[in-house]
Amino acid sequence: MLAITAIAIIAMRNILSVVMLGGIYSLISATLFVVLDAVDVAFTEAAVGAGISTVLFLSALAITGKHQALTRKNHIAPLFVVLVTGAGLIYSTSDMPAFGDPQAPIHTHVAPRYIEQSGQEIGIPNIVTSVLASYRSFDTLGEVVVVFTALIAVLLLLGINRGSRRDDL
Amino acid sequence: MIDYLINHYNYWVSILLMMAGLYIVIDHTNLIKKLIGLNIFQTSVFILFISMGKVDGGTAPILEQGYSSFSNPLPHVLILTAIVVSVATTAVGLALVVNINRCFQSIDEQEIEKIELEEE
Repeated sequence: MLAITAIAIIAMRNILSVVMLGGIYSLISATLFVVLDAVDVAFTEAAVGAGISTVLFLSALAITGKHQALTRKNHIAPLFVVLVTGAGLIYSTSDMPAFGDPQAPIHTHVAPRYIEQSGQEIGIPNIVTSVLASYRSFDTLGEVVVVFTALIAVLLLLGINRGSRRDDL
Repeated sequence: MIDYLINHYNYWVSILLMMAGLYIVIDHTNLIKKLIGLNIFQTSVFILFISMGKVDGGTAPILEQGYSSFSNPLPHVLILTAIVVSVATTAVGLALVVNINRCFQSIDEQEIEKIELEEE
């Protein structure tokens, strides 16, 4: 499903339908996250990825005009680069642990401690929340700083040249 | 052989999506479409991380009586942060696109190149 949507996005010429397909793509990936047990990630993706991103893209389109032609360059060189990179990556996956394997290295080092102890130490049943807000709260603070910086950058970009045209630059 | 295919299917899906995103970024000249390609690329990385956190027979990592096997909560935490940051970067990218459009009246790379050549 995701692959079909991604390929449809490549093929679409109308920029508005590309943006809408992008929203659908986010929503499908959110359902995939539910299937993979990542419920917190799923509702963040559905709210932020499918919701806010799509609104941002639509408002950018409203400013720039949606009747932009989608011209394309030479296909062969990019296709070649993509295929070679993809083949290299697929070759490298042969060393990766099998899907769902409980003995994979990722499940044997840090995670068991969180799963066993976070209940007593933090007292929140949701392990993702207790790691995010307590063990790794400085990470989350850093994330807030990043979002704040992005907000300032957007305001500067959109506000500082307001009304001026290219000849002023 | 079939086992190998099923066990590595998740990696291949995320690589396919990653390459689709990369192809859009390289091949398309419309800047908004390039940003959508970047978003697809990012989502593929999210899927890679989340699928690695899945444990067979595990449930969502919420402590509740009657469940003892959970999927790995760490990738979930990382990706939660990454999703929010990705929206922030998308917003900055779109602001840049809007500014480019303000200067050139176009968001197509090739047209912008033409305009710059004419000016020289």
